[in-house]
Amino acid sequence: MTTTIAPNTTRELRYREAINEAIIQEMERDPDVIIMGEEIAGGAGREHLGIVDAWGGAFKTTVGLIQKFGSQRVKDTPLSEAAFVGTAIGAASTGLRPIAELMFVDFVGVCMDQILNNAAKMRYMYGGQVKVPFTLLTRIGAGTGSAAQHSESFYSIFSHIPGIKGVVPCDPYTAKGLLISAIRDDDPVVFFEHKLLYPETGPVPEEPYAIPLGKARIVKPGADITLVGISKMTLVCLEAAEKLQEEGLNAEVVDLMSISPIDYDLVLDSVRRTHRLVVVDEDTPRCSVASDICAAVADEGFDYLDAPPKKVTAPHTPVPYSRPLEGVYIPNCDRVMGVVRELLTGG
Amino acid sequence: MDMDPQALISLYRTMVTIRNFEEIGIYEMGQRRLSGSVHSSAGQEAVPTGICAHLTDSDSIASTHRGHGHCIAKGVDPKLMMAELFGRVTGTNKGKGGSMHIADMTKGMLGTNGVVAASVPLAVGAALTSSIKGTGQVSVAFFGDGGANQGVLHESMNLASVWKLPVLFVCENNQYAESTPVEYALSAENVADRGVGYNMPGVLVDGMDVFAVHEAAGAAVQRARSGQGPTLLECKTYRYYGHTVFDNPRSYRTEEEETYWRGRDPIQLFRTRTLEEGLLQASLLDSIDAEIEQLIRDAIKFADESPLPPEDDVYTDVYVEYPLDGLRRGASMTI
Repeated sequence: MTTTIAPNTTRELRYREAINEAIIQEMERDPDVIIMGEEIAGGAGREHLGIVDAWGGAFKTTVGLIQKFGSQRVKDTPLSEAAFVGTAIGAASTGLRPIAELMFVDFVGVCMDQILNNAAKMRYMYGGQVKVPFTLLTRIGAGTGSAAQHSESFYSIFSHIPGIKGVVPCDPYTAKGLLISAIRDDDPVVFFEHKLLYPETGPVPEEPYAIPLGKARIVKPGADITLVGISKMTLVCLEAAEKLQEEGLNAEVVDLMSISPIDYDLVLDSVRRTHRLVVVDEDTPRCSVASDICAAVADEGFDYLDAPPKKVTAPHTPVPYSRPLEGVYIPNCDRVMGVVRELLTGG
Repeated sequence: MDMDPQALISLYRTMVTIRNFEEIGIYEMGQRRLSGSVHSSAGQEAVPTGICAHLTDSDSIASTHRGHGHCIAKGVDPKLMMAELFGRVTGTNKGKGGSMHIADMTKGMLGTNGVVAASVPLAVGAALTSSIKGTGQVSVAFFGDGGANQGVLHESMNLASVWKLPVLFVCENNQYAESTPVEYALSAENVADRGVGYNMPGVLVDGMDVFAVHEAAGAAVQRARSGQGPTLLECKTYRYYGHTVFDNPRSYRTEEEETYWRGRDPIQLFRTRTLEEGLLQASLLDSIDAEIEQLIRDAIKFADESPLPPEDDVYTDVYVEYPLDGLRRGASMTI
């Protein structure tokens, strides 16, 4: 249960660079891997003017790919998410291993039908005749002052869909390893990049490595309470754990890493030892990954618990624009500390 | 007519198979009170028949909710299709899909589809695979006059044209989206007129005349295979029955109109022309009719005698790999 998923290297990369390296290494390994999306190179079709890779992606995660692999395998698309996501799914079911990039998860509405009704269901509906090795890269996270249509963290929607897998890396090491697994996986996987993590650095092995899908990891062992973090919220949990340590409280921090499958067993095992649970989730609170984990622990770990399972999440509102409002919206260390104190001291 | 007798017979067999599958099969399903929406394509046989005659098993098609004809024309075994409609484990999809999801990847049949126009980008994706791998296959996206107004179709036509992919967009304009007449819902006079907006040929075809469809499709497939990009074909046709097997089409269309279109029946038009031109013998066509009727009755017998899926099949093939526990957890399942 206490599998250590941690890097054994001193080489540092940014989260953004780790994603880029994973894509490059998989494209080098497998000629069937292609990537398509809006602005992934930028300035498409202007090679005659000496323009290639004008942008390298809206967040520079795909920089340098087109020079390495050419425009056959690195395809800028028109602004037509339904068409190119559906095309990637069709290509996945006929022998390629495509990656498609949806610039922000908020835009999923325009292509959700292809994900929900084709990618997720084809294998089942067709009686197992087809594999859909399709990776959807997309972005989550508030805190950029970009307001409600560029800031959501709606991974819970995907966790809800049978047939879809999803991962939520919180650091460069897991970003690379989970993306390599996502690309190699024979099922549709959504890879959620948190926008605020792009400049973060951390140790990343140079050689390709795969972190298994569906596994959580303990990033800080502890005995007094279990804090489960999802994506960037794992860093908030670690920050809270550090402060609690100063107060003599020993929190265990679990990095969920995967929102489908969900590693319920690791969380239950942790709660069996700590007797208390707080799930910290930047997504909204209803029908969410956080509420699902709390429900599973209440259902299967009722006897372990000394206090009700708790969530610290965004409120049931869209993401607001103005800084103070956005600040209130995003779960932070203070909110986590408040809930932990309440659980440990009864108020 | 530059088709050899074998090719002509093949067209006829396909059309008669579709007609019998739709008329006998669906009637028998009704008799057995089998569930679900089933959409008959009787009347529209010339379209998939004329198009798919140009394709091999390695070419792909993506189909619609009214897709039995596409499956048969692409070579899917009617016996396995019937078993699928009857929910049997011997069906094309092991009883997991039913009429609106019939697929046979070994025949390049990427699935009938229950969401209007949703399968269109799948055909574009198959064309992309062919284009990147350089294997020369073409693909066909079938859709109806209802699907003609879906955004994903328009995005897909634009994308396929920008990337010059080897794909045919084939509109089966059967005059109605459920009960809504095409002249009400379509802003243009013809779906084919919209080809110009995507810089591809938009070809209007008599969808009741299998020879006309065959000729137009031949040019479009040739264009696709030679790397010149996609074509939009609009085949004007007619469905003889309701939207599903449950509705009465007389609630929205006239007897006069139905009589007109039945007067242009694709199977009868084929017979008249081939017999008048002395290309085939009536006795041969009659024997094919009898043979196909028996084939469909055998398919029904096969479906009837086939086992239903075991209950724990509910968990299979959701993913290639996933913990079983993750499918059952929290659901209080009994198996």
